[in-house]
Parts: sequence; structure tokens; C-alpha cells
Amino acid sequence: MRPLTLTRLLLRCGLLALILFAVVVVAMKLGAVQVSLYGLGKDLISVLLHRTSSLSSDYGMIVLGIRLPRIVLAIFVGASLSVAGVSFQALLRNPLADPYVLGISSGAALGSIVALIVESHLSLSPEMAGLITPVGAFLGAAVTIAAVYILGRRDGQIDSTTLLLGGIITASFLQAVIMFLMTTLSGNNLRGSAFWFMGDLSTPQPRSLQYLLSFGFIIAAGAIYTTASDLNLLLAGEKEAMHLGVDVPRVRIVVYIAASILTGLAVSVSGTIGYVGLLVPHVMRLIFGSDHRMLIPACALGGAIALLVADTLARTVTSPTDLPVGAVTALAGAPLFIYLLRRRIA
Amino acid sequence: MSSALRHPLPGDASRATPDVRLSVEQVSYAYAPNPSQAPLFTLEAMSFQAKPGELVAILGPNASGKSTLLKLISGALLPLSGRIFLNGFETHSLPVKTRAQRIALVQQESRLLFPSRAWEFVMQGRHPYGGGLRFESEEDILIANNAIAQVGATQLADRWMDKISGGEKQRVILARALAQQPLLLLLDEPTLHLDIGAQVDLLESLRRLAAQNRYTVVVVTHELNLAGEYADQVVLLQRGKCLRVGPPATVLQREILEQVFQAPLSVEITPSGRPRVTLFTNK
Repeated sequence: MRPLTLTRLLLRCGLLALILFAVVVVAMKLGAVQVSLYGLGKDLISVLLHRTSSLSSDYGMIVLGIRLPRIVLAIFVGASLSVAGVSFQALLRNPLADPYVLGISSGAALGSIVALIVESHLSLSPEMAGLITPVGAFLGAAVTIAAVYILGRRDGQIDSTTLLLGGIITASFLQAVIMFLMTTLSGNNLRGSAFWFMGDLSTPQPRSLQYLLSFGFIIAAGAIYTTASDLNLLLAGEKEAMHLGVDVPRVRIVVYIAASILTGLAVSVSGTIGYVGLLVPHVMRLIFGSDHRMLIPACALGGAIALLVADTLARTVTSPTDLPVGAVTALAGAPLFIYLLRRRIA
Repeated sequence: MSSALRHPLPGDASRATPDVRLSVEQVSYAYAPNPSQAPLFTLEAMSFQAKPGELVAILGPNASGKSTLLKLISGALLPLSGRIFLNGFETHSLPVKTRAQRIALVQQESRLLFPSRAWEFVMQGRHPYGGGLRFESEEDILIANNAIAQVGATQLADRWMDKISGGEKQRVILARALAQQPLLLLLDEPTLHLDIGAQVDLLESLRRLAAQNRYTVVVVTHELNLAGEYADQVVLLQRGKCLRVGPPATVLQREILEQVFQAPLSVEITPSGRPRVTLFTNK
């Protein structure tokens, strides 16, 4: 018997954080403009130690002004999607649940498109206008998950298969609506929205949205983390959890709202990126077990690493053209998922 | 529920007499899919009491209301009328966490979404004693280990829950209930998927645990003879009506059992004073 201790939790998270840091440095180096890894590492460390206040002007602008914001975006979007995925899996008691598969990402995407259309008819200040899409995305995610939840219920119990099929059908319906709305947009916007629709991190985001994404993530993921040990019991079923002292309705509402916020935020800045929310929790579960006190922080860090790697590939493999990162996650994710599926059955 | 009900009403504690732990007082229940329709199922008012260390068996044919009665006792359902007291507190009005510290329920099946080890499963029984993120203390580990030892499952502790037999699983589930350190232990058809040897083992250990730890045990079962052999009291239900309550020898009698189960049978009293039921197959 070896229950989880705080020391073990922090050690494991520290290890993942180190890996993330290494990936960040590599992601800063790679790109159209060559930067030496040694020089960059040396400069970064002296900045961190406050020896100098900025990177060498040769590449400082590119690394800090262009690559770093995109890296930070990838970190928060990856962490949000992956924590949302692990939460939906526990909440819906379904190992295949994830924001993308269940159509929640599509709901958020539709929500933000509708918000954009509404916004064009209102005369808002640019700051306010930037915040209307994440709100639309959150509402879209929240409504979709409620709809999928109702579709997936049979005789008062959630039925796994019905839930998944309901989610898949909801996703394809919502995607059709999005296609319809997109073709009515002007031609100039079409390529941008097609990219965004497939999941893309290349669009620079306004400051206000960056703050909203990072604070939103910390608050929503923190709220989910307070229910970590309740989620462990919820996996055994709602009634059973109640008999073990879990305040089921409270946990359900906290996780439902927080996971919708995470999905809404991620989708409003990056479109619908698939597989991160599904695969990262599974890989982390294989490594660390299914205790949510360990699993949730591991998913946050693992999701950040996974999406940062994918996005770095997306902007370097076909350089100087960018791939949408959603295409990379799907290309890598689908075969990995099939491998995990076969492994579990065997 | 109104918030006033979350706390014991004045005078509740005075009902707690030292030798009565569980008191079911004129409890009834009705189930209707929607309030405007006539109820599909009703449980008529019934009463009984149980002391610490006593084992109560709830018997009856299918759809007689056994599981409903157990859910009412567990506090998961609110009685239509009447009240259920555990040490003087109404079970339904206890906060969820407090309730889980006092009442443990062993259900027919515990499904797992992701595999866990037996000791992790037993550790879930310590959940009502901690909050949020709390990490297990030395005391929790000690109590969980004790619970595992009490059901004779020490060698199973590190095994995966989905890789052990039905009987072994049932023992681990029971260990989790013991880890809750309850006053009241409720079991819903715990012998359902067990072979005869495992059924006897389970009832033997329940009997022993009730005596050692002074639990009050309430068990729903179909096994007339197990109830006859191990119970201190039997509650006999038929179609939502409580026909008889009392020691096995006064409840398990031929005429009433033949009428309830619609089958010819005979009842003899063993040298130990316990009733034994034999069914005749040729109608």
C-alpha cells in the first residue's frame, strides 16, 4: 500500500515541469530565423538570474516578440484542453469523453462565430469586442455539454454508447452549421476561419485575451482540482459516491462550469484542436495511475508539452508555410489512440 | 430539503436510548414517476428497532420493497411519512459527509471505469473523514489495513480489482465499508453472485464483525436459510407490506412463507433453535 503523498506529487510535477521547460527552449530556438541553442540557453539563464535585462538584440525581438507569445498560448490551450478532457471523462464516467469527440469544442466554435456576427452589429470598443468571443465560446460549450448529457441519458442513467453517439452526432451537426455560417462570410476571412476551424495557434491574440486565458485557466483548473478526490469516487457512480460522502450535485456543477470555461477559452483563441483532451489524460493515466490528485496537474503539464510540441512541428515542418496545429494533433493522435485502444483490449 | 432538517430537531437526542441504535418508526414510502399519477409502488408504514451488534435480515420476494426499505434506512430516500433514527439523528437529514461516517452501504455491484488496486478501493472508505485534496494519514492507512485484515483479504491488497474473483471482490467491497468505521452497515443482496461456501463465509464474517465492532448490520437477502441461521431479527415483506418482524423462529413459519413465496415448503427447527426451510419442487 503506497498512497500518494505531497512530496511524491511535487516531485513528479517538477519532473514534468522540467520537460516542459526544455521543450519551451527548443521551441524558442526553432523557426525560420536560426538561433543557436547554446547562445539562447545562456542568454535565457542570465535573464532568469537577472544578470541582464533582455536577450541579445540580434534575435530577441523574434524569440520574445513572436515565438514566446505563441508558445505561451500553446501551453495554456494544451493545458486547458487536457484538463477539460480529464474532467469530462470523470464527470460523464466515459473514458472516451473529450471536448472534441463530444462536440463541445464545436459548440464553443459555433458560440464564438455567433458572437462575432452579433458583435459586428453592435458598436463596441475594441477591448470589449475582443472579449465577446470567449464569452460566446463558453456559452456554446456549456449549452452543448448540457445537450449531450441529456441525449446520453437513458432511464435516468448515463449510457456510455448513447452518450458518445449523441456527442459525435452533435459534433457533425454543429460543424455543418459552422460550415454554413463560414461560407456566408466574406472571401477574405475564409482562409483565416478555415484555419481557425481546424485548430490554429498562429493568430496573434490581443493582450486582454491572453490575460483572460491565463487567469481563466488558473481559476477553472484550480476549481476542478479542489474536487480531485471526489472525482476519484465519482468514477464508481454517482450513488456510490454519495454514500461515501461526496456532495455529488456540488461537484457536478463545479466541474461542469469549470470544464466549459476551459473549453470555451481554448476554442476562442485556437479553434477546435482535437485529440489533446483525449490522449493526454490516457497517457498520463498509464504513467501515473487514475488518482485525480496526481492526474489533473499531470494532465495540465502533459497537455502543455503535447500541444507545444505539435505546434512547433506545425510551424517548422513545412516552413515557411504554417500547418494548422489541429491537423498535426490529428495526424499524430489518431494512430496513437488506436495503439492505446488495442493495447488496452489485448 | 429545508435547511432546518439538516440538524437534529430539539428532542431528537433524547430518543437515543443506550440500547437502541436504529429505530424505524412508522415509515412509509410511495414511488410515482410523476406527482400527478397514482404511485406505482408503495411501502406501507412499518416499524422496527435494532441494537448495536445485532444483525437484521430483510426478506421477501422480488418487488416486495426490500431495496426501497434499505435506501430509506441509508438516508438516500426521504420517507413519505414516519422517521428513521440512527442514534437519535434522522438519517435523511444528516449532511452527506456525516452520514457516510455513520452509515456504510454495500451495493450489489460496484463498477469501475479505470482499474484500481484493492487497497486504493478500500482507501475510498476513508473519504468521508477528509476533505478536498487531503492526503491519507498514517491513521487512515492503519484503519484501511485493519479493515482489509478483518475480512481476510490481506493477500489481495495489491491486486487489481478487475483481476480478482467475485467472492474476493465482495470481501474488498466489505472492507471499504468497514474502513468507513460506521455505526450501521447496510448490505443489498451481498450473496447474489457468490457460491454457497462464499455465502456462508460472508454471513459468518458479518456475524463476527457485528459482535466485535458493535455494528448494527442490516442485510437484504433472498436466502431464507442464511437469514434463519445468522439473523437476530427478520423483517418479512410482501408487496410493500411488512408482514412480520421478530426473531427468525417466529417469522420463518410454514404457513406464512408458503403464502408469501407461493411455493410448498416445510420448516424444521434445528437443535440450535434456528429455523430451516426446505422447498418442495413438485407442485
